[in-house]
Amino acid sequence: MSVLDRWADRAAEHPPPGPFRAGFWRSPLRGPWFTAILSVALLPGITLLFLTGLASYAAYNPNLAPGNDTTPDKGLLGSWLPGWPAGPSWLYWVNQGVHVTLGLVLIPVVLAKLWSVLPKLFEWPPARSVTQLVERASLLLLVGGAVFELVTGVMNIQYFYAWPFGFYQAHYYGAWVFIAAFVVHVAFRLRTMVSALRGRSLRVELRTPVSQTFAEQPDPDHLVSPDPAPATISRRGALGMVAAGSLTLFGLSVGQTIGGTTRSTALLAPRGQNMGPDFQVNKTAAEAGIGPVDAGWRLELHGAASASLSRAQLVALPQHTARLPIACVEGWSTGVQTWTGVRLADLAAMVGAAPGTSLLVESLQRGGGFGSATLSAGQVRAPDALLALRVNGADLSIDHGFPARVIVPALPGVHNTKWVTRMTFLPGQR
Amino acid sequence: MTRREGVQLLALLASFVVAGYAAVRLLAGDVIGTGGWFVGSAVVHDLVLFPLYAGIDAALVLLLRSHPGWATVAGVRWLNYLRVPAVVSGLLLLVWSPLILRVSNGAYHAASGLSAQPFAPRWLAITAVLFAISAVTLVVRAMQSVKT
Repeated sequence: MSVLDRWADRAAEHPPPGPFRAGFWRSPLRGPWFTAILSVALLPGITLLFLTGLASYAAYNPNLAPGNDTTPDKGLLGSWLPGWPAGPSWLYWVNQGVHVTLGLVLIPVVLAKLWSVLPKLFEWPPARSVTQLVERASLLLLVGGAVFELVTGVMNIQYFYAWPFGFYQAHYYGAWVFIAAFVVHVAFRLRTMVSALRGRSLRVELRTPVSQTFAEQPDPDHLVSPDPAPATISRRGALGMVAAGSLTLFGLSVGQTIGGTTRSTALLAPRGQNMGPDFQVNKTAAEAGIGPVDAGWRLELHGAASASLSRAQLVALPQHTARLPIACVEGWSTGVQTWTGVRLADLAAMVGAAPGTSLLVESLQRGGGFGSATLSAGQVRAPDALLALRVNGADLSIDHGFPARVIVPALPGVHNTKWVTRMTFLPGQR
Repeated sequence: MTRREGVQLLALLASFVVAGYAAVRLLAGDVIGTGGWFVGSAVVHDLVLFPLYAGIDAALVLLLRSHPGWATVAGVRWLNYLRVPAVVSGLLLLVWSPLILRVSNGAYHAASGLSAQPFAPRWLAITAVLFAISAVTLVVRAMQSVKT
């Protein structure tokens, strides 16, 4: 027996009072099965959350142009990501709806999971071996990362910017810190999860009332209370409560993603308010520092040649109509709207830009993020990629980007630049 | 150290390399500020949110245990008919508090042109509906229990 073991044994006999003593934790529900059943939801849920987050990051085409990249020092954490396609038009809509809504739905499950393992935080002695000590440090990244990602995501969709950091950097790098810890956690615990699930039947648990609810068999991880109190809720009841929380969050927010008549069901979601005949605005003209745009406005076009076009001249060009949604990184969408304007490909041809040319679009917007965006050659070529002048049969309103805005299938909302002043076709990298 | 422990330690170290690579970038702007939010959000959960909800629940359970007569309505235990709507309502408040409490109203209005004014009344109304559904269910159960 090593010195460390002897020290650990002695420490275990004299834990500090309160939560450091096993007898403090008395819920009969805590145990490996209860923790494992929550993990059954979290394992695929968190995996999907990470993948949709990564896709959302790629959708900004960060590797196309420095201006698109909110995380220029990402290095190996994303320089290998492929470009984003210009369709199908619902691609970003679905991706982001899943990412945000699933994140909300998983909050009660994460809280329940943390509840189920909280005695482990106060385990005494804190570690019995070097490996265990290192594993506990990894758990700090796992739990800290999970809560950090949920908190920053939830605050961001409510415009509550109380942090000293930028959202994009924090949420992206935070996700990598988390996923590194998540992968080893799953690798270490998968077997424990599977054997815990085999230990009890979900079907039986779902038929067991409070009066028949007793603690699980003592487990090597000491999740089960050594001195369980009588049950006040069944496992069925506790899982039902978690499910009720998830379903309520889902039901009260999914409408802001789907839009249309379902929007008014998203009672507590940021974009659940109906706007009458109009539709959601990501950034108002007032916020972007855009006053009334005067009649002298002209669009500057640069390619092999240059051109300067008034709005009347743009309206006189061949017009194309596309039915496209705008989907925001925050998970809401405008739903499908009918946009009319000039094809980006036609504008490219007008100034002699070669095929395979990317496009830098700049806005009149003063300050704030996303005053410009670079579109890939594939996005410029897309038949439904427009410099829109009208929406739903009327001229764009100032909040929707008058005199002209970009609209491209499957592009993140903020890259559909509004109040366009200049478009520069660049030799494309992709 | 066993072979299994060795493999585990190696996997953990690999994980720390990836996490460290990301953490350097995460903390680049403001080590204290960002690190504080990362550690702080977990600490607030473990040492504020959990003790708060678990403490309230434990107090209630203790109260009902010391007064068994209060714990039932016509033989039906009502504790969970209080817990479920309270937990769901509290969860909604926890998630949507910036809008409900209007702390982010300025930025929300500037971006969207919308007002955060409706969120507090909506949350209260949803809370009322949740408790009402629970109360009706309890009454139905109590009536069934009286009949039998």
